Amino acid sequence: MERTKPYNRRDFLDGGMRMSLALGLGGVGGLLLSNSTGEDWVWQIDPFKCTQCGRCADECVLTPSAVKCVHAFDLCGYCDLCGGFFLPDANDLNTGAENQLCPTSAIERKYIEEPYFEYVVNEELCIGCSKCVKGCSSFGNGSLHLQIKHDLCKNCNVCAIARLCPSDAIARLPASEPYLVKGDFIESESTRSE
Amino acid sequence: MSTIKNRLNLWGNLILVLCLTAWNATSFAQQRFPKPDFESGYVQPHPTTPEPRALWLEYSDVLVLIIVLALAAWFVFKRRSRRGILWVSVFALAYFGFYREGCICPIGSVQNVALSLFQPEYVISLTVLAFFIIPLIVSLFFGRIFCAAACPLGAVQDLLVYNPITLAPWVNKSLGLIPYLYLGLAVLFAATGTDFLICRYDPFVGFFRMDASFLMIVLGVSFLLIGLFIARPYCRFLCPYGVLLNWTSRFSKWHLTITPAECIDCKLCENSCPFDVIEQPTTSQSIRKTKADTRRFVTYALMIPLLVGTGAYLGGKSHVFMSGAHPDVELAELLITQPEVENDPDNIDVQTFLASGKTMPELVEAAVNIRREFYTGSAILGGFLGLVLGFFLINQVIFSTREIYEPNKGNCFSCGRCMDYCPVGKEPFLT
Ligand code: SF4
Ligand code: SF4
Ligand code: SF4
Ligand code: SF4
Repeated sequence: MERTKPYNRRDFLDGGMRMSLALGLGGVGGLLLSNSTGEDWVWQIDPFKCTQCGRCADECVLTPSAVKCVHAFDLCGYCDLCGGFFLPDANDLNTGAENQLCPTSAIERKYIEEPYFEYVVNEELCIGCSKCVKGCSSFGNGSLHLQIKHDLCKNCNVCAIARLCPSDAIARLPASEPYLVKGDFIESESTRSE
Repeated sequence: MSTIKNRLNLWGNLILVLCLTAWNATSFAQQRFPKPDFESGYVQPHPTTPEPRALWLEYSDVLVLIIVLALAAWFVFKRRSRRGILWVSVFALAYFGFYREGCICPIGSVQNVALSLFQPEYVISLTVLAFFIIPLIVSLFFGRIFCAAACPLGAVQDLLVYNPITLAPWVNKSLGLIPYLYLGLAVLFAATGTDFLICRYDPFVGFFRMDASFLMIVLGVSFLLIGLFIARPYCRFLCPYGVLLNWTSRFSKWHLTITPAECIDCKLCENSCPFDVIEQPTTSQSIRKTKADTRRFVTYALMIPLLVGTGAYLGGKSHVFMSGAHPDVELAELLITQPEVENDPDNIDVQTFLASGKTMPELVEAAVNIRREFYTGSAILGGFLGLVLGFFLINQVIFSTREIYEPNKGNCFSCGRCMDYCPVGKEPFLT
C-alpha cells in the first residue's frame, strides 16, 4: 500500500505536522480526561423549579413529549374536589370531559372510600402540558408534577426543552439517579439540609 | 445550563432552598390537604420511573465504533473493496442512525468538548470523549475512514448519490469554507452555554427518530434531494467535524490510494470521484503558472496578519448581535428596549422572570457578563476565519508537482469508489 519512493521533504513535513496534531489531540484529550466521568448524563425536570409554563408539551423533539405527569401519591390528599382534575369552573364534580382540566382526559379518577378519590395519570394519553400540575400546585398539595420519562426520552445531547424552559428547571442528572420525583426528592433534600 | 445562568440563579436558588427548608418542615406535618388514613385497606401505588439506557450499552457503542472503523480500514487498505466499505456503512447507518437515533455522534460531540473545556462545571462523559477523539486518531493514521463507513449522516447521503455533477473548482472550494464558519459558531455557542447549534440543525436526525419539526423535515429532505446530484452536500459544505478530520487526514500516515501499485496515468479514474477530490498530475503549463504566481503568494502571505486583524475587529463588532442568541441576553434586551412587555401576559419568559423574584440588575449583570464572553469569543472567531481565508488564498497559488492521479488527502472520504476504476492489477480485463 505504501509506494516505494524516496523519503522527501514533503514526507518530513507531513510527519512533523502529524506529530503536532497528535500532540494537540493528546493535549485536548488529557485536559478533558481530567474533567470527565465514567457516568452518563440524562435530562430531568426539577419539579420545585418548574413554573408550569406548558412548553414541555411543545418543545420536546418528540410528539407527544417525553415529559409526562407523575403522581407522587405520598403527597396527595385524595381530595374529592381535585385542583388538578377539575376545571376551576367545573359544573359538576363528575368525570365528564367538559369538567376536566386535562385536555386529553389522561387522569383517571377512581373512588376509594368516602370521601377519597385516587387520581392516576395514564401516560399513554398524557402530553406533558402541565395544566394539571398548575391546578394541583395552586389548589392542592402539588403532588402532580412533571418528569422526563427515560423510557421515552431520546436523551438528546441538549434537551430541546431545557434551552427554552423559562425557569431553568431542566438540567443534567447522573444516569444512576435519573428522577426527581417529589416524594423521594423531599426526603433526600431534607437529609441534605439537616 | 451555563455558569452565568447559574450565577444568576444563585439568589434564586438560595431563596428556593430557604423556601424548601421551610416547606419541608411543614409539608408532612401540615399539607394543605393531609394524606388520609384509609380504612378500606387501600394500597398506595407508586409512580413509575423507568430506567434510562444502561451504562454498559453506552460503552458497547464505543466498542461498535471501534469495530466499524477497524473493519472499514481493513476494507480500504487490505481488501480494497468498495463493496465492503459500502456494507459497513450500511451497518453504521442502521446502528448509529436508526438504532441509536443519531445520538451521540462525533459531530455533535465537538460541542460537548467545547462546553467542558470552557465551562468546567460540565463534566464530560468518557463515552462522549471517546466518540470525539477516536475517529480523529484513526484519521491521523488512515484518513477519513470515519466518513467512509462509520458516520450515519455520511452514509445516508452516500447511499443516495445518484448522478453527481462536477462543480466548478472555485465553487467547490469556496463552499468548502462554510464548515469553518459553522465549526467556529458551534464552538462559540457551546462554549458560552448558549446553544448546541449542530444538534439543533442536524438535518438527518429527524429521519432516524422518525419525528421532527416540519422545518427540519423540509431541510432534511432538501439535503437528500440535492445530494442526488451534488454528492454528500452536508459532508462537504457544512460538516464542522469534517474540518477537524480534514486537518488530521491531510497529514495521515497512510491513505487510500486509487491504484494498488504504480499509477500508469491512464486517466480512467479522472471523473470517478463524485466529490471532485481527485487531483490530476501537474502539467507543464501549471508549473509555469507557479513561477508567475510567486508574487501573488508573497502578497497573500503578507495579507494574513491584515485578514486576521480585520476578522478579529469585525468579530468583536458583531458580539452584540451574536450574544442576542443567549436567552438571558435576549430577555434583558427585550425588557430594556420594550418595557411594556411586562404587561403582556402571553410572554412566558417575561412573566416567569417577573414572578421569579430575580431583580432587573441581576439579569442585566448576567447579560453583560455573557456579552463580555461573546466579545472575546467573537473576536477570536473572526481572527480564526481571517486566518482560514488567508490560507485559502495562499493555497490557490501553491502547486505541488504531482506525477500521478491522487485523491486530495484532506477532502477524500475514503469511500473507495475510485479504486474500482483503476485498471492496474486487473490484467484479465485489460487483455
Ligand atoms: S418548560 Fe420548564 S417551567 Fe415549563 S413546564 Fe417544562 S419544566 Fe416546567
Ligand atoms: S393535564 Fe397535561 S400534564 Fe396533566 S395529565 Fe393531562 S396531559 Fe398530562
Ligand atoms: S432530552 Fe430530547 S427527548 Fe428527552 S425530553 Fe428533552 S427534548 Fe424530549
Ligand atoms: S475514495 Fe476519495 S477520491 Fe476516491 S471516490 Fe471516494 S472520495 Fe473520491
